[in-house]
Amino acid sequence: MHISPVMWQFLVRWLTNSALFPPEASAISPYMDAFYFFLIAISAVGMIAVIILVFGFSIMYRKEKNPVATQIEGSTLLEATWTIIPLALFMICFVWGALLYFRIYDPPTNAMNIYVVGKQWMWKAEHPGGQHEIDSLHIPINRQVQLTMISQDVFHSFSIPAFRIKREVIPGRYSTVWFEATATGTYHLFCTQYCGTNHSAMIGEIVAMTPDDYQKWASGSTSGASLAQNGERLFASLGCNSCHSGAATARGPNLAEVYGSQLQLADGSHVTANDAFLREAILNPSTRVTAGYAPIMPTYQGQVSEEGLIDLVEYIKNLNSNYRVQQTLTASQLPVGQAGASSSGSSSPALNYRPQETLGAGHSGPAKSGRTAPGVPGTVNQ
Amino acid sequence: MSTIVSLPNQEEAQLPKLSYLNSEYGLKSWLLTADHKRIAMLYLISITFFFFIGGAFAGMIRLELLTPLPDLVASDTYNKLFTMHGIIMVFLFLVPSVPATVGNFVIPIMVGAKDLAFPKINLLSWYLYVAGACFLLYALFNGGVDTGWTFTTPLSTHYVNTHVITGAMGVFIAGFSSIFTGLNFIVTIHRMRCPGMTWFRLPLFCWSNYAASLLMVLGTPVLAITLVLVMLERAVGIGVFDPTKGGDPLLFQHLFWFYSHPAVYIMILPGMGVISEVISTFSRKRVFGYTAVAFSSVAIAVFGFFVWAHHMFIMGVSNYSALVFSLLTMLVAVPSAIKIFNWAATLYKGSITFETPMLYAFGFMGLFTIGGLTGVFLGSLGMDIHLTETYFIVAHFHFVMVGGMLMAYLSGVHFWWPKMTGRMYPESMSQLAAVTTFIGFILTFFPQFIVGYLGMPRRYHAYPPEFQVLNVLSTAGATVLGIGYLLPMLYMPWSLKYGKIAGSNPWQATGLEWQIQSPPLTENFVDIPIMDHEAYDYDWLAHKTEHEVTTVG
Amino acid sequence: MDSQAIVTGHADPHEGHEEHPAYLRHHFVTVEQQRETASFGMWLFLLTEIMFFGGLFMAYLLYRNWYYDAFVASSNTLGIGLGTTNTGVLILSSFTMAMGVYSAETRNRKGLLTSLSLTICLGLVFLGIKTIEYHDKYTEHHIPGASFSVEDFVHPTDKRDVPLAPDMAQHAQLFFFLYFAMTGMHALHMIIGISILFVLLYQAYHGAYIDGHTSTIDNFGLYWHFVDIVWIFLFPLLYLISRHPLK
Repeated sequence: MHISPVMWQFLVRWLTNSALFPPEASAISPYMDAFYFFLIAISAVGMIAVIILVFGFSIMYRKEKNPVATQIEGSTLLEATWTIIPLALFMICFVWGALLYFRIYDPPTNAMNIYVVGKQWMWKAEHPGGQHEIDSLHIPINRQVQLTMISQDVFHSFSIPAFRIKREVIPGRYSTVWFEATATGTYHLFCTQYCGTNHSAMIGEIVAMTPDDYQKWASGSTSGASLAQNGERLFASLGCNSCHSGAATARGPNLAEVYGSQLQLADGSHVTANDAFLREAILNPSTRVTAGYAPIMPTYQGQVSEEGLIDLVEYIKNLNSNYRVQQTLTASQLPVGQAGASSSGSSSPALNYRPQETLGAGHSGPAKSGRTAPGVPGTVNQ
Repeated sequence: MSTIVSLPNQEEAQLPKLSYLNSEYGLKSWLLTADHKRIAMLYLISITFFFFIGGAFAGMIRLELLTPLPDLVASDTYNKLFTMHGIIMVFLFLVPSVPATVGNFVIPIMVGAKDLAFPKINLLSWYLYVAGACFLLYALFNGGVDTGWTFTTPLSTHYVNTHVITGAMGVFIAGFSSIFTGLNFIVTIHRMRCPGMTWFRLPLFCWSNYAASLLMVLGTPVLAITLVLVMLERAVGIGVFDPTKGGDPLLFQHLFWFYSHPAVYIMILPGMGVISEVISTFSRKRVFGYTAVAFSSVAIAVFGFFVWAHHMFIMGVSNYSALVFSLLTMLVAVPSAIKIFNWAATLYKGSITFETPMLYAFGFMGLFTIGGLTGVFLGSLGMDIHLTETYFIVAHFHFVMVGGMLMAYLSGVHFWWPKMTGRMYPESMSQLAAVTTFIGFILTFFPQFIVGYLGMPRRYHAYPPEFQVLNVLSTAGATVLGIGYLLPMLYMPWSLKYGKIAGSNPWQATGLEWQIQSPPLTENFVDIPIMDHEAYDYDWLAHKTEHEVTTVG
Repeated sequence: MDSQAIVTGHADPHEGHEEHPAYLRHHFVTVEQQRETASFGMWLFLLTEIMFFGGLFMAYLLYRNWYYDAFVASSNTLGIGLGTTNTGVLILSSFTMAMGVYSAETRNRKGLLTSLSLTICLGLVFLGIKTIEYHDKYTEHHIPGASFSVEDFVHPTDKRDVPLAPDMAQHAQLFFFLYFAMTGMHALHMIIGISILFVLLYQAYHGAYIDGHTSTIDNFGLYWHFVDIVWIFLFPLLYLISRHPLK
């Protein structure tokens, strides 16, 4: 930004206090506002140009003053001018906007992940450590947070004006958005996609807290089991381990360390086993058959809710994938001593990794030796 | 203020003895007419009727939004109000507004023909409009539809229990009305031009309507089939758009917006055509850069087909396709800018007077510029993330549609009123209405940009209290705006009986329609004219007026 | 142009006109103009019809891509014999329609009547076969909705068919939905066409279209050919997805 930070703060604070601007509470907010000011500036220039021309000419060439009009056919030079200048300005807007967009919608690799399920007419947020919230979201400031969201019924849209972010929450597929809060406080959460009767009641609070306060909150509000642990239970109760037992002769592929890896499917294509893939594999297994396996997995459509799917995905994510487990645990700060929870011990700083590089491509072989019973999250696989 | 108006001597003036209005009498002669002018009048009455219904709903919405609490109507009712407001205003008012009333009336005369290419299909268009409107009225009286005018699935297919099928059917039928009107216009402009009327001698109004007709003809069928799928899914229960049954809700979005984006250009292009005519007439000058304006209209139509996903930037389209659509959106903004500058340049060295149509045209230029520029805000990917689905969008489209299109429509109705009825409307009253509308409009919709940046979502029945001040301002403006729109309802009918006799060319305009009597004969021309001069040729007009003998027969 | 300035009408609209055929509408100047205008209008209308069907083709494109196996299996349950016969019937009807146009242009009343009648018959045959096919789908429980059964897909009787997993088999409903929607929309256009044909037949019987004014028959011919072409696209897309050799 070319304006000095002091001027900028003054401008933004004045606008916020006059209730013309939402507070700048995330790392991206100032960039969004800067772009907004630019757009306003060029719009003002354009508006003023048009107003001056229209008013000016109306006064200068009103009938009393200019009784005879001069017929002018046109001017290619003028046409070119007022084609090229707006086009150039719009192209600047395009590039700036595109950069901002990619920044907001390309998630960073080591963000703390929180799941959000939207349903008529409430938001459910699920932290990996097992904290569940309804119509609110507690997050630490100065930490990159990614939201993985899905709708249980119709289109919703998750909007935090103070963070200048928004993303559609779609039934049937995950969508993600990330942010980094920079100022503590409570901010509006709105559903911005019309979703039925109580659309305007589908609102909530985003509570941005200092990391310490967030720790305290997280430890105080856990339901006792992390999402991955819930997933483990679900995995067993749905009978998944009968085929995905990890044995070499199992009917289903081994799921240990499958998250983030590259898989080859039965039709020859290659996919990355991410959240969306795993979810689809549970709901539409015959469209996601791994190479070398028969398409015998039954669908669980209608038997698992979106929360259940999130639990299962979290579980599979943490299945002997050390680095990932470390991160989520560090982020959500599970209480020490929780069984299977913080056995990673050292809270190492967020690593800048690429799972498939670490684990090797196409890694889907039989279980490594020394692995404990399937599904205990966080167990170090050494 | 001097004026360009030139009326016959009111002491002796009389309406022509024979015109399309009195060539036949009786209800049947109107309801079974093939005369494009009578059909235009039928449309005028119908769409005005629906405008006020849609406007009443807008009034209710703004009343509710005076307070942050949902205290005036129930949530379901509120949802029905904004849905029906949107459906009625878009499909039963804006889409047919200029084409079906002014366009139907004036285009055949402008090209030098005795009627449109397919007069009976023109009548069919009106009946289809009425049929579609009846379906919507039925849905309305039986509780309304509450899906939003965008019929988003799976909400509309599986989650509401209102008369979605009836409503969708109404829109479906009205869509065919639009398709046939567009088809008629295209064929007329291609095939019915009088001798000497080359493409580049056509008034720019014809170019704009031609471009809009291309969109009507190619885009509306896609809406039709989309609505059919929605109706079938709702009736039969198959999950074409339902993810739990293997369908894709985003498919609906793509199909819907493939029409609905061109739809906004269908709505605005004819209005822009009006502005070309009005600005030229009231500056006594040919339009600056005729070719640029003509080609811009077609460019808007062509580009308009390729930007639909800018309504879906946050909806899960890939980043790269978003990039392409944003770029194209920027490109489609340029022809509109070109037109605004060309109109402004038309004023240069003109001889300008400020009759009502010109006031509305000025209003259009200012408000459409704001609306169009805010479109650039929304077409910029990053900005759209924060602004989409908020009141910023509401403000944007109301600026272009109401501040732009509705003003252009009123400009056109006032401009061609003397031609259509033979009488002048009362000038001071109408100027008051124009100014009132302009002020009311800005007061209503400008605060909405601000409250949109603040984050207030659209389609909200209740909102956080800190947004109240801006909402109150908006509602206050709506009251003023309402008065501005009601005034014409009073003085226009008044003028039918008490207005001054207009004569054939009160505005001293060029254009074939102004060279025949007001109101015109049923067959417009006794003999097909031969066009021997360029469009907006004021020299020709001056030369002609010198030699003209004005007779009123 | 001065004569246009202010004019009263003539008492008799035909006063002062040159002779023109009765079928020249008054807003046209020449018969040429009328004919070309009508033709242009019909082509434009057909363009809108292409856009109309386009939405369905778009949905088909998406779901065939997503659920290819289900589409293959479903397509194989459609009767290839009946489908091919229908295609032949429709192409033949386009030929008879073209003969009708030729008859009209050569002022051959008998030929025109015969061609129109044959076209109607073939159209009705097409619809009849379609009814049989729809009925077959009904008895086989392939109609999407409550009565749909995945049995035939999960446990196919034909050994050459690959059994589908139950969830993929459910997606067969999407195929059949599109099948009924697309062929149904096509059939609706056929019904409208046949109804118009009856009207044309009646008019032709009473002497119309053989007096040089063949516009109506020409343009209806265009419509009929369009309906035929739509079927020619529908047939391979619906019936011939990865088909086994003749069943």
